[in-house]
Amino acid sequence: MTGIISDNVGRTSGLIKAASGGGGVWTKIKTLTASADATLDFVDGSDDVTLDSTYPIYLFKFINIHPATDGANFQFQGNASGGSGFNETITSTLFDAWSKEDGSNSSMAYNSNDLAQETVFQRLTDTGGNGNDECCSGYLQLFNPSDTTFVKHFISVANTYYSDDFTVQTFGAGYFNTTSAIDEIQFKFTSGNTDAGKIKLYGLGDS
Amino acid sequence: MSGIIAQNSGRHTGLVKASSGGGGVWNLIETLTADGSGTTLDFTSGIDSTYDEYVFKFINIHPQTDEANFQVNFRDGSTAYDATKTTTTFEARHNEDDSVAALYYDTGADLAQGTGIQLLMSYQGGDNDQSVSGYMQLFAPSDTTFVKHFIARTSAINGDDRQRDNYIAGYCNVTAAIDGVQFSMSTGNMDSGTISLYGIS
Repeated sequence: MTGIISDNVGRTSGLIKAASGGGGVWTKIKTLTASADATLDFVDGSDDVTLDSTYPIYLFKFINIHPATDGANFQFQGNASGGSGFNETITSTLFDAWSKEDGSNSSMAYNSNDLAQETVFQRLTDTGGNGNDECCSGYLQLFNPSDTTFVKHFISVANTYYSDDFTVQTFGAGYFNTTSAIDEIQFKFTSGNTDAGKIKLYGLGDS
Repeated sequence: MSGIIAQNSGRHTGLVKASSGGGGVWNLIETLTADGSGTTLDFTSGIDSTYDEYVFKFINIHPQTDEANFQVNFRDGSTAYDATKTTTTFEARHNEDDSVAALYYDTGADLAQGTGIQLLMSYQGGDNDQSVSGYMQLFAPSDTTFVKHFIARTSAINGDDRQRDNYIAGYCNVTAAIDGVQFSMSTGNMDSGTISLYGIS
């Protein structure tokens, strides 16, 4: 390989060499930084957010999300294109593994805060602490949200500093049970604001 | 926007315009290759505030000694890899002869404010074709306000021909920056395999 393409291999800004076959690149779309926010919203076509057929897979990374309220759960919901309110029908699974700092309690179990055709928010974490050094981090993948034939699957993994000095690893998965496109995603805590942290939205290209 | 960058916007092959802010790229920081000469592979630089997320990919890590444990620890300001950690570990396991197939929480592999190593895979097989592969995400290691979360997953063959799928997560319960990560074998050397460190922009 020679010439201008060779000259741009390894670059991350300006001109870069595309991956072989043209796909496989995670494109960063938007970063939201929390500062005592009630909600953090990613809305297609607003504030430089793309959440449409441009990418078949979207990935939200949440990093050091810190709740204002002790014991709050970080969660998300979607809004269908043309709809109003974050209240789509979700069926989901949820399970946790946990370990207490004093060694007195460690195990795993299915979490009954799953959803069965419900329109409330889907949990990403379990009972986050609001101590000064306490937070949660993880990711949420959303598959083909613009599809109008199939339901919209999602998968999440998170680790949380539980309010009672546990570490909790939470696995969620499920689907928006709608054939309408999902073009808005909202994150918020079950109570209180999101005091600090970042959520980054990426799209994974396939062409 | 004009010129050659504008001309390449919207392209998917050859030269393309990077996303705003240059994000979404797995930036390879360092690859360490095991050669049988030592028990550890240490990442001593390149872990700082440049990225909010770092990912280690371990590929075909092969122990010299059968049933050795592949493990990790973190450096939080001194030269020692001894950050305080609270963690969880569970696994799915399935023997090649189908005699065992189960999901269980491993109370022997989690930590409760421990400063010693965190297991990533125990009882790893040492046959010529046996190894462990997987990844570990480390979030915001240079942050000095919050604890440092990490999430890992590994797949390996045990010494008794058992496939094991391990899920490990937890936090370094320190507000000091994590600036080094050490991977090691519990016994014997690390014969072969690579660990690559990426920063995610």
